[in-house]
Amino acid sequence: MKKTPFHDIHAGLGARIVEFAGYAMPVLYKDITSEHHAVRRTAGLFDLSHMGRVYFRGPDALKLATAVQTQDAAPMKPGRVRYALLGMWDGGILDDILIARENDGYLLVVNASNRDRDVAWFRERAAGLDVVVDDATDRLAMIAIQGPKAVDIMADLGFTGAKDIGYYRFARLPHPDGDVDVWRTGYTGEDGFELIFDASRATAMWNAAVEKGTPHGMIPCGLGCRDTLRLEAGMPLYGHEIDRGTNPYEAGLEFGVSATTPSIAAAALKAVREHGVRRKLIGLEVAGPRVPREGCGVWSGDTLVGEVRSGTKSPTLGKNIATAMVLAEVAASDAALTVDIRGNRAPATRTSIPFYRRPDRS
Amino acid sequence: MSRPANLRYLKSHEWCKLEGNIATIGITDFAVSHLSDLVFLDLPEVKTDTMRGEPFGEIESVKAVSDLYAPMTGEIIERNERLQNELDLLGKDPFGDGWMLKIRVEKPAEWESLLDDAAYQHVIDAESH
Repeated sequence: MKKTPFHDIHAGLGARIVEFAGYAMPVLYKDITSEHHAVRRTAGLFDLSHMGRVYFRGPDALKLATAVQTQDAAPMKPGRVRYALLGMWDGGILDDILIARENDGYLLVVNASNRDRDVAWFRERAAGLDVVVDDATDRLAMIAIQGPKAVDIMADLGFTGAKDIGYYRFARLPHPDGDVDVWRTGYTGEDGFELIFDASRATAMWNAAVEKGTPHGMIPCGLGCRDTLRLEAGMPLYGHEIDRGTNPYEAGLEFGVSATTPSIAAAALKAVREHGVRRKLIGLEVAGPRVPREGCGVWSGDTLVGEVRSGTKSPTLGKNIATAMVLAEVAASDAALTVDIRGNRAPATRTSIPFYRRPDRS
Repeated sequence: MSRPANLRYLKSHEWCKLEGNIATIGITDFAVSHLSDLVFLDLPEVKTDTMRGEPFGEIESVKAVSDLYAPMTGEIIERNERLQNELDLLGKDPFGDGWMLKIRVEKPAEWESLLDDAAYQHVIDAESH
């Protein structure tokens, strides 16, 4: 298993380590529920170094960025970040990413589980272009500080400019040990930051974050609560809400698609817009004590109309919630639905996605 | 947390205590800690039967659902109703107040085939390395 630059810290904290996308990653330090609540109430510190970080540099960086992802990269000014999809010729999704405009190109943050496939595809598409595809994942570390106290913690860490970074923007902020790229992004539904810096600085940066964050109630948080937080916030997870066989419109991700950008997926996505979708992702609140899980059937009376893509007991809401991909006509109707949880039919109520919205953004 | 003496185990982390022909069944502290964030426990009705090695119920955490396996064959004579509303008993006192079922055993010889404490410790060591 590959190790992130924070591996010894995780082990020293007694984290439960699991393999995720080939990396030894902490799934939890104490338990998922208390880590989840810390992010909602104060702050959490995450190791995100397993996420892929790939630069496009050179005269044709924009051409490559335009081909492989669904946002219009041309008008992005340095410091701008967008959520985008790596769209295939048939409209299916190879990955979901953040793309940032750098002074000298673009940085794409991709899912760890898709990194090798993504990079291979970037290099394939880069053939004949004057662009360097630089997979910088292994030489950079990445952490997230997420939660209502994140702004205060960043200020205490000496990043006084962090509070002025707009949502989905990033800035290169000065630090005694060298500049740090600070992004106002996250995967939790809370305010927060994601920091990218040289891997050699990992231990010092983590320790400083703990020192400054602990008085604010910040605790280290594992991948377990990252999943419950993102699901409450209605953010897709590749391999669940989206995959190679799902298009962005089915998954409710039209905000990640520019209709005018000539990406590889443009023709297929235009056809989807013109003809509509056959399936649609919906949110469900599921009654009863059993937790709906990925793959559980969604039924309308005696008809199977879809499947659960993600489910959990929401720590914030105290209810069982799920995303489900269902037939479009069912999504548009108010037909009563049930979820088959290992042979038990649990009544399900449709809810909006996100399931949770943080108080100051509602 | 140390385990009480004279318990026997399945490698799936259920414990069993035998007093006369009555067996008490639960899950170990290791299992509770490993599952983490318990949200739901499904136990069978009294007067139904357990079959050695077969699932008798399920326990659910935020992350996953797991089957519970019966260490011995018999008829359920009592189940721990407190667990319906106090799942944290499993974490606080897994070998005491966190017991799950009492069964009247039908095949006492099954006891001998269960893991003793040393053998169970090997299972834990292998899983936690």
